[in-house]
Amino acid sequence: MSLWEYANPVRFLALSSRVLPVFWGLAALCLVSGLIWGFFFTPNADKFESTVKIIYLHVPSAMMAINVWVMMLVASLIWLVRRHHVSALAAKAAAPVGVVMTLIALFTGAIWGQPMWGTWWAWDPRLTSFLILFLFYLGYIALWEAIEDPDTAADLTSVLCLVGSVFAVLSRYAVNFWNQGLHQGASLSLDKEENVADVYYFPLLVCIAGFVFLFLALVLYRTGTEIRLRRTRALQAREVRA
Amino acid sequence: MGLEVRDLCVERGGVPVLMGVSFDLPPGKALILRGPNGAGKTTLLRTLAGLQPALSGAVTGGEDLIAYASHSDGLKAMLTVSENLAFWADVFGQRDVTTALHAFSLEPLRDRLAGTLSAGQKRRLGLARMLVTGRPVWMLDEPTVSLDKDAVRQFATVVAGHLASGGSALIATHIDLGLEAEVLDISPLRAQPDARAGASDEAFL
Amino acid sequence: MKALLIRDLTLAFRAGGGFGLGLAFFLIVTVLVPFGVGPHSALLSQIAPGILWLGALLACLLSLDRLLALDWEDGTLDLLATSPLPLEAALSVKALAHWLTTGLPLVLAAPVLGILLALPAPGFFWLVVSLALGTPALSVIGTFGAALTVGVKRGGLLMSLLVLPLYVPTLIFGAEAARRGATGMDPATPLLMLAGITAGTIAIMPFASAAALRVNLR
Repeated sequence: MSLWEYANPVRFLALSSRVLPVFWGLAALCLVSGLIWGFFFTPNADKFESTVKIIYLHVPSAMMAINVWVMMLVASLIWLVRRHHVSALAAKAAAPVGVVMTLIALFTGAIWGQPMWGTWWAWDPRLTSFLILFLFYLGYIALWEAIEDPDTAADLTSVLCLVGSVFAVLSRYAVNFWNQGLHQGASLSLDKEENVADVYYFPLLVCIAGFVFLFLALVLYRTGTEIRLRRTRALQAREVRA
Repeated sequence: MGLEVRDLCVERGGVPVLMGVSFDLPPGKALILRGPNGAGKTTLLRTLAGLQPALSGAVTGGEDLIAYASHSDGLKAMLTVSENLAFWADVFGQRDVTTALHAFSLEPLRDRLAGTLSAGQKRRLGLARMLVTGRPVWMLDEPTVSLDKDAVRQFATVVAGHLASGGSALIATHIDLGLEAEVLDISPLRAQPDARAGASDEAFL
Repeated sequence: MKALLIRDLTLAFRAGGGFGLGLAFFLIVTVLVPFGVGPHSALLSQIAPGILWLGALLACLLSLDRLLALDWEDGTLDLLATSPLPLEAALSVKALAHWLTTGLPLVLAAPVLGILLALPAPGFFWLVVSLALGTPALSVIGTFGAALTVGVKRGGLLMSLLVLPLYVPTLIFGAEAARRGATGMDPATPLLMLAGITAGTIAIMPFASAAALRVNLR
């Protein structure tokens, strides 16, 4: 049984209705436990005091903001190459989730930046890149909304996603060149030496897992909605012609 | 050099429109497409012209033999009649536009801006474009719209001349052009609402 | 291909072709800036390279609307797609025509407007060089935006939303080069990056534009 079996909308719906409760449950479990652990059972940091705790929202949402776009890119490629409807609709379903993740990252960053840097906003490369990513998401969603024919919309948004990805990476480098920033280095990296202290690290991992499950649940749920909308549309089209 | 269509299935908006379209269009012949409005004549012509993919079936003859004329003529209002024609002639690698101007009696209008022409004159200019493509297979979608009787006769003469010189024509039209041509009625070929032809909506049913 | 270029240029210069509109827009934006930020030469000369780049970019964006929409409405794109001319080539030519009628005049007008904004003397040369290198990329990227939205009725605003984020790298490097030139720094690095973006977009974007247009023509 190949993975592509689930490219069939009907089989996808059957599968997603089985795994969705699991994902919702895992998302709730990880988020609740991770956030409670992070907010109430970790010490304040010397320099940052309690504001350090915003990383439990900021870091996972920022990671997801980028990962959702990458997922949309992969889904768009699958649609362009293999023409699986589920793939195109999953990309469509993921975009609003990505926007919200980007906004959470920007807002929590601003809330953290105010006491730390003394400003809500600075044209720091990371902040600027996220703002640009936000604009890319908006354009992508607007294009989906503007085009009536679903296949045309899927094709055009996929091409936009491909081209947009190239330009998003280009913008990232351009922005780095344009302004060296205030943002500290990555909070997480595979090189353990650079990571935040363990006491923050483990609850953060739980929160990240929570965000990932939340994203999976939301995308499966929204993809299901999109599939049902397409099905309604297809049935209506047949009805009209009958 | 002819066109061979075998068991073609065309779609519009994710729904199959026509199924099992088969015909031959050998050099020197014309084929008239008939069918009520919305039957899929335009969709069929656009598919054959290579503007949209077919769901299934085979077309031999190739897109680069085909000159396609849609409802709109692709004329630029701010170019003169001869400039419009010369542009299309150049795109198709041809030089001569005088024959085309003459065939549709457009010589007196050659220096007029296309925007100042009447609807019928514009249509004649649009049809004259077919002559400067130098391509053997003409596909015409309702070519006689807004033409008067004389112009229709003129058009029929031009098509007859094209056929006589070894070309062929596929014409979607309701009126009788007085051409010796076979007629293909596409209304029986209409795809059934529950047809399974691989159209994109079917994955959701 | 030459025929298409000549036709597009002829149409641009004839009545209603819209030639000069972008230029006029550029002028107005430049004139409005001092009203907004105040008439002090010190401030103006500091922001002049950026304002001029931004003005040129917006003027370019504004004229994209006509790039494919007119040919779409009168069926020319259908006929071009069935012609021997590859769509990629047709779109490259149309982007070139757009640059010749919009980008190039902006490049030539920029130094005059630089005077209005008290651009420092060493900045003029680099402003023109950076605009000359960067505006072709704006036309080519804009053609992609126009091809994406050509099937959308009144898609001008949508196109701006799609195209503006794509303009970010070009604007950053272009304006940075002009700014460095104006302040006596070495503009070589951003200029090279800008040239790279232009070369890359000219090479690749026509394929993306043609793919988008083919989808829209279906």
